Amino acid sequence: MRRRNRTGWRRVINGINISTFLVVLFIGLPLYWLIASSFKTPVNIGASPPQYFPDPVSGAGYSQAFNQYNFGQYFINSLIVTLVATALVLIFGTMAGYALGRLPMRGKFTLMVSLLIISVFPAIAVIAPLYTLLKDLGWLNSYQGLIIPYTAFNLPFAIWILRNYMLGIPKEMEETGRIDGAGPLRTIWSIILPMALPGVFTAGIFCFTACWTEFLMALTFNSANNFKTIPVGIATFGTALEVPYGPIFAASVVAVVPIGILVFIFRKFVISGLTSGAVKG
Amino acid sequence: MATVSMDKVNKVYENGFHAVKDMSLDIADGEFMVLVGPSGCGKTTALRMVAGLEDITSGILRIGGKEANDETPKERDIAMVFQNYALYPHMTVAQNIGFALKLRKLPKDQLDAKVKEAADILGLTDWLDRKPGQLSGGQRQRVAMGRAIVREPSVFLMDEPLSNLDAKLRVQMRAEVARIQRRIGVSTIYVTHDQVEAMTMGDRVTVMRDGTLQQVAPPQTLYDNPDNIFVAAFIGSPAQNLYDAVVGEGARSLKLGSQEIGLPEAVLLKRPALRSYAGKDVVVGMRPEHLRAETDNAAGPKLTGDVELVEALGSELVVHFTIDAHRVIAEGAFDKDEAAAVKSGEGVARVDARTHVKPGDRMTFAVNIEDMQFFDSQTGLAIRG
Repeated sequence: MRRRNRTGWRRVINGINISTFLVVLFIGLPLYWLIASSFKTPVNIGASPPQYFPDPVSGAGYSQAFNQYNFGQYFINSLIVTLVATALVLIFGTMAGYALGRLPMRGKFTLMVSLLIISVFPAIAVIAPLYTLLKDLGWLNSYQGLIIPYTAFNLPFAIWILRNYMLGIPKEMEETGRIDGAGPLRTIWSIILPMALPGVFTAGIFCFTACWTEFLMALTFNSANNFKTIPVGIATFGTALEVPYGPIFAASVVAVVPIGILVFIFRKFVISGLTSGAVKG
Repeated sequence: MATVSMDKVNKVYENGFHAVKDMSLDIADGEFMVLVGPSGCGKTTALRMVAGLEDITSGILRIGGKEANDETPKERDIAMVFQNYALYPHMTVAQNIGFALKLRKLPKDQLDAKVKEAADILGLTDWLDRKPGQLSGGQRQRVAMGRAIVREPSVFLMDEPLSNLDAKLRVQMRAEVARIQRRIGVSTIYVTHDQVEAMTMGDRVTVMRDGTLQQVAPPQTLYDNPDNIFVAAFIGSPAQNLYDAVVGEGARSLKLGSQEIGLPEAVLLKRPALRSYAGKDVVVGMRPEHLRAETDNAAGPKLTGDVELVEALGSELVVHFTIDAHRVIAEGAFDKDEAAAVKSGEGVARVDARTHVKPGDRMTFAVNIEDMQFFDSQTGLAIRG
C-alpha cells in the first residue's frame, strides 16, 4: 500500500484533528465559562452581549463565598466525608475483590450478581427508609450519617473493578509468595496489592468523584448548616430574594480543584505498565 | 540438601480427574531428575504436589526422609522456578532475589551479601537495581533462578523454566541451568515436555504418560533400551521408526511388509525372549541413525524404501522414506496433528551428508540390526531377557 505523506497544512487540518478539537471545545467551553464568570463582577455575569473575558477581573465572588456563605466549612465537610468513605471503600473493596477473584468460595456468582444489582440501584428508592434508620440512630446531621451510606453505595462497583484486576494477576504470583514463605496477609500486602494498584486507583477516583458530587443523600440527611457538603452548600447559597451567581461560580471552581488534582496525580501514576514484566516477555 | 521420595502418590481432583496414579519415585541427594511427558501427563501436578501447592490425595511424600504430606511449602524448604518466572514486577532484581530472605528476617548485611553472591553466579550484578520489566527474557529467567538459589533450599523444583525463551537462548540456558545445579549440588526436579532438555540435562529421566510412570532411567538407557513402545517413540528426535513386523520360523528372520531381514544369532543372544515370538507379530524400532546409506559390498540386513523427502542439515541428510510395512504410532507420544502428518509406512533415516539421494529414488539402507528394538505388539512392552 502506498503511504500518503501529508505535508504542510494537511498534516494539521484533517478529520481526526478537527473532530478532536470539536469534542474538546464541547467539553471545555462550559468549564471555561464557569472559570471566567467566577472572576467577573456581578453586573458583568449577566451582561448582554456576553462578556467572553472578565473585565475587570474581580475576586469578590471568592471572598464572598468563603466569608459570607460559609463555603470553607462545606469544603471541609465534603473532604472529611469523601476521604473517609473512599478509604473505607478501598480497604473493604480490596479485600473483597481479592476474596472474590482469588479464593475458592461457594456462591461467588450469586454474590457478584447481587453486587451488580446493588450498584445500579437508584439511591432515591432507599432514601426514605434510610432517613428513618439514621434518625433512629441519631445520625442525622453527622459525618457518619453520610460516610456509611456512601461506603455502602460505592463498595459494589469498587469490588467489581478490583476483582477484575485480581483475576488478571497470575496465580503463580501467590504461589511463588507462598514458597518464599509469605503468609496470606503478607502476600496480599507485598505482592497482590502493588500489582493491583491501577485497579485501586481507578476505583478510588470513581468513588471519590461519586461522593464529592453526591447531592440527594447529603441534602436529605445533613441539612444543618454545619454539616452541609459542597453540592448542598452551593445549592443553598441562593435565597428567595436573590441568586448570588458570583459566589456560586467561585465556589464551583474551588469544588472542581480536588478532582483536578486527583486526576493529575493519577496521570502521574500511569501504572498500568507496572504489571508488565512479571510474566513472560 | 535432601532426598525426595514419593511412595504410591495419587492425585485425584475434585472433578474426579485422576492426574497422577500410584507414582513411586526416589530422587537421590544432589540428583538432577527430569520429569518428561506429553502435555497432560501429570508431570506438573506431580511437581506441584512436591512443592505443596497441590494436596496429595493418597500416598506418602518424603523430603529428606521426613514425611512432608501435610507440610506447608515454606516448611518443605523448597524453591521453585515457574514457567512464567512469576517475578514481583514492583520490586527490583535485588529485592526479588532477596524477598524470601527478608521474610526470614535475615540481617540486612547478610541479605545483601547473599543476594550479591547469587547475582555473581548468574551474571546479574549489573542489573540488581532494575525492575523485571526492563530485563530481557533470558535475564528474567536468571532472576527467577537467583530467587531460588539464594535461599539454599533442600530441593529445587523447576516447571518448564526454559519454554518461554527463544530457541537459541534455550540451548544456552539449558547448559547454564545444568551447570548451576551441579555447582550448587541441590537435588532438583525439572519438569519439561521437551525430550531434548530431558536427555541433555538429567542425571536420570522419568517418562510419564496419562499420570502413570513409564520408565525411570539415565538418558542413554532410556534411548537405547526403552521399556515400552511409548518411551521408544517419545524419546529421540527425529522419532524412532516403529513398524509392525512378523518374526519368521525359528526366529531366523523378520518380515517387514514385503521385505525380509535376516536375524543374526547375536540379536537372539542379546534378546533371548525373541525366540518364543517365532511366527508372531512384534513391533520393531529402528533409530534413524541406525539406518545407513548402503554401500554395494556391505553384507548384512538391508531395507529398501521409496524416498519422499530429503532434508539437508549440512552435517547429515534426513531422508524420509516409505516402505510397505505398517507404521506404528505410539498412542499419546505425539499430539494429534503430528500423528496425522505421518504417512503410512513412513520412516526416517539419518545418512551421511555426501550421500547422493533425491525424492523419488529407491534407496537401500543397511540396518544396524543389533541396535534394533523389539516390542510385544499386544502389551507394548520391550522384548528382552
